[in-house]
Amino acid sequence: MERIDLAKTSLRELNQFLHHEIRNKKIKHVEVVNPDGAHSIAAGVDAPVKIEVRGHTGYYCAGMNKQAEIIVHGNAGPGVAENMMSGLVHVKGFASVSAGASGHGGTLVIDGDASLRCGISMKGIDIVVGGDVGNFSAFMAQAGTLVVCGDAGDHLGDSLYEAVIYVRGKVKSFGADAREEPMTKADEKKLGELLERAGLKYKPKEFKRIASAKSLYNWNADANQEY
Amino acid sequence: MCGIIGLLVKRPDLRSQLGDWMVPILIGMTERGPDSAGLAAFTDRAKGESLKYSLYADDADFDWKRLETSFKKHLGSKIKLDVQDNHALLSTHLEPEEVRTWLHEHFPGVRVLSVGKIMEVYKDIGTPAEIADKYAFQELEGSHVVAHTRMATESAVTPDRAHPFTAGRDFCLVHNGTVSNPYSIRRMLEPRGIHFDTDNDTEAVCRFLEWRMREGDSLEKALQHGFSELDGFYTLLMGTKDKLALVRDAFACKPAVVAETDDYVAIASEFHALAHLPNVNKARIFEPQPEQIYVWNA
Repeated sequence: MERIDLAKTSLRELNQFLHHEIRNKKIKHVEVVNPDGAHSIAAGVDAPVKIEVRGHTGYYCAGMNKQAEIIVHGNAGPGVAENMMSGLVHVKGFASVSAGASGHGGTLVIDGDASLRCGISMKGIDIVVGGDVGNFSAFMAQAGTLVVCGDAGDHLGDSLYEAVIYVRGKVKSFGADAREEPMTKADEKKLGELLERAGLKYKPKEFKRIASAKSLYNWNADANQEY
Repeated sequence: MCGIIGLLVKRPDLRSQLGDWMVPILIGMTERGPDSAGLAAFTDRAKGESLKYSLYADDADFDWKRLETSFKKHLGSKIKLDVQDNHALLSTHLEPEEVRTWLHEHFPGVRVLSVGKIMEVYKDIGTPAEIADKYAFQELEGSHVVAHTRMATESAVTPDRAHPFTAGRDFCLVHNGTVSNPYSIRRMLEPRGIHFDTDNDTEAVCRFLEWRMREGDSLEKALQHGFSELDGFYTLLMGTKDKLALVRDAFACKPAVVAETDDYVAIASEFHALAHLPNVNKARIFEPQPEQIYVWNA
């Protein structure tokens, strides 16, 4: 295992190491210590490597991740795992705004709460949040799954496309076109797999399904902008 | 952008640490605000009936001795003047209206940055490190401090448009964000005799809240009014003689992180600026929720 100390190594050196050397040297496990809230830690990694960050991270940690398993033993700043393509990002603390924004694939697990706009514009990523999510979560979410084990804030799933949201707790309010739907066997299977992947013991039956009513899919000239 | 910084020292025996702990946080926020910086520190109480006036002279070579002599001659009152570069802290028992009018007539290049029993303000253009050095921020002692690093968006880069803004006595405010209706707020306040020093959007927020409190609102009530009157994005940090208060707008686009221990409450726009505080690894760390009012007592 390689250990990189961000108190001694620059962020650019760390990320260049993660982009090039780990592939050339076939390194499988990297530990990053003293992150101290630095931005863009382990952004743009594209290799099957396990990266453990011992502390809190700043903006855009693990952004654009491909293949890697990135574990943050602390809290994550805004935009953690934004635009992730594949792999796993696991935040042991809480995550700031826009966690998993625009993610195409892979899994983002947040043990604590996620702030506002979690999963905004997600495009295929699976996000599992152990705690609550803030307002406007899954706004314009196109594909993928958002699992919320706690409560959701205002305007959940506003202008949803094909993404599906499962919430265990209370939803403060639904966004335009988001609605609760009955859970199917397929939902329970998918949710069970995601909870297991996240290491959470909740049962799929405790959750409700929220999806798009699809009334915004086509322009309705008679709606008079009353959505 | 902009960086906001707040620090409240809970234990009186640690108040000598205020400057030492705050300066690295301020410098840590340089990337968010490299063009100006400033702070309001809540330090010693002015003696007796005296008030503290933080003054700023536009001219770097301003003759403060002349101001001191002239003040005594015209107003017949002895003053104490602590000069720090082109800032000076003036202590007098005279009322703000009289001091302001006199300054305006005799020294139009000198601005009153703040008035209070406890608060003093320093702000200028330059990097946070330059400003901290110029005004010896490291040496500050006191119960709490509200500071700011500015990346200007809504008005020019000048010392008077740097934050904190103040209004009334012992009240200051720093802001990260932009308010889109400062002129409607001004149009509401100016007919009530409220004077504005700059065209800055944050000044409108500061004067609005201070006006609400003069009308009888508590700080919390004034902020509730703020939620309905202020249009825009904001994380606001405010200091009063005995409180530090923090709020974010409904969309919470502008960041803030709080680290609280038994010894202090520290606030910055990003965690990395707090990472070097003593025992921060044992602190309760959280992000303020939108439209929730956080108040700590000094």
